[in-house]
Amino acid sequence: MSIESEEPPFDTEEYDLLVVGAGPIGSMTARFAARNGLDKVLVIEKRQEIGTPVRCAEGVSISWFDELDIEESEDFIKSKVLGAKLYSPAGNTVTIGKEIAGDEVGAVLERDIFDKRVAMMAAEEDVDFMLKTQARDVMIEDGKVVGVKASRMGESFEIYADLVIGADGFESQIGRWAGIYDTIKPKNIMSCFQYRLTDIDYDPDYTHFYLGSDAPGGYVWIFPKGEREANVGLGIQLSQLDGSKTAKDYLDEFIDKHQGLKNGETVDMVAGGVSVAPPPESVCMDGLMLVGDAARVVDPITGGGIANGMKQAKIAGEEAAEAVKKGKVDKKALSRYEERWRDRLEEKLWRNFMAKEKAVELEDEEFDMIIDALSDADLSELSTESLLKKIGEKHPEMVESFEEML
Amino acid sequence: MSVEVDMEKCMHCGACAGTCPVNAIFLNDLLPEIGSDCTECELCIKACPVSALSLRGE
Ligand SMILES: Cc1cc2nc3c(=O)[nH]c(=O)nc-3n(C[C@H](O)[C@H](O)[C@H](O)COP(=O)(O)OP(=O)(O)OC[C@H]3O[C@@H](n4cnc5c(N)ncnc54)[C@H](O)[C@@H]3O)c2cc1C
Repeated sequence: MSIESEEPPFDTEEYDLLVVGAGPIGSMTARFAARNGLDKVLVIEKRQEIGTPVRCAEGVSISWFDELDIEESEDFIKSKVLGAKLYSPAGNTVTIGKEIAGDEVGAVLERDIFDKRVAMMAAEEDVDFMLKTQARDVMIEDGKVVGVKASRMGESFEIYADLVIGADGFESQIGRWAGIYDTIKPKNIMSCFQYRLTDIDYDPDYTHFYLGSDAPGGYVWIFPKGEREANVGLGIQLSQLDGSKTAKDYLDEFIDKHQGLKNGETVDMVAGGVSVAPPPESVCMDGLMLVGDAARVVDPITGGGIANGMKQAKIAGEEAAEAVKKGKVDKKALSRYEERWRDRLEEKLWRNFMAKEKAVELEDEEFDMIIDALSDADLSELSTESLLKKIGEKHPEMVESFEEML
Repeated sequence: MSVEVDMEKCMHCGACAGTCPVNAIFLNDLLPEIGSDCTECELCIKACPVSALSLRGE
């Protein structure tokens, strides 16, 4: 792909760091890079408004807020839940308490407000933002990424930086233009659709997850946005879609079967793709780092990418600052970033990827058996081992296929 | 022949762009641009949550 480069619409300065994408992960990375000593940090974003349209179910844990130096605020935390309820196709249920539900439940955000708030945190560290500005290609000299070709409101120009960070989400084109990684296999892509429904009947104290063939290879979620309002959506494994039915078709069918949801009114519609791939071998090359969804750190079981991405963003910002200050941005110099984020996230990403690989093969009857076996478990002491033991007591044959994972 | 975008259905979500195995789709301000690298593998058509994509002429 090539773009004629014209006179830039602004003084082209050399930036210390250029971040592509003002999602929460890009902004947070820029914030920590600036805080750790980089003066000239620019974030470019192709949308005209940060945070909208929302492409998210907005469920997160907030246990990492302190570490990331984020102050909790009712401005962007819409609701908090007591735990999660899982449902099997036959209607068996199990409730998981807050302390053991894992990383992805706890609070439900207003992502549009949250994303802007994170950008403001970066702006407070003197990070520059440029909206309606799309990166269209990366510029590579002698094997090193030196900047991007961009366009903004009809004008094309080049932006140079000591280091470029791709935080461009699921689309992840920076990394692919630069040739860092291959494409994602269809079995590791979820096609998603969601309605924000209002005037519905449901239990707003919990997040709700429906497993089985309502959402092949994925699940249906209901995440509370208020007493009578929730994000109701699903993700379907791309390899289980044959083109005859879309994610939206599956969701419409699900809602139609549920009395409490059926009469609700839609106030927002969300579509999107999510990668549930294993972590890539490398997310760096000379002059380039990837972070967040672009680095594919989404949890393969839940499809949640905010918490992992944020933890990675802090490390990325810190190491980007170190590298640029030392004037060494080759792949080897960036290996500290690789090591630190992998130490933090990789083991669990792999474990959950393997668990996902098993879970997508389960039949409805197996989900019924699993949820049934768990329904009378003491779920205050939930671990993978105790969970499998509990299932094994009732259904030893089911546990066999999982045992090799442990 | 190539892939065609139904502007009335498209929700600008980028599921097609992230899915495309040859990185031939770019989501600009208004719509997905299908580049000349498209191999018509139809993965984007399946990935689209609202069936906004189809092979031209079908
Ligand atoms: C339907 C759905 C539901 C989800 N639910 C949850 C959930 O409940 N909990 C959770 O934790 N995660 C969830 N996720 C995942 C979550 O949305 C992502 O993990 C999160 O947004 C990642 O943040 P990011 O900053 O890496 O990427 P994004 O938020 O995608 O931001 C990337 C930004 O880069 C911009 N950009 C892309 N390309 C370019 C370019 N070439 N030039 C300039 N700008 C560019 C985009 O416009 C975008 O603003 C969900 C995703 C989907 C699709």
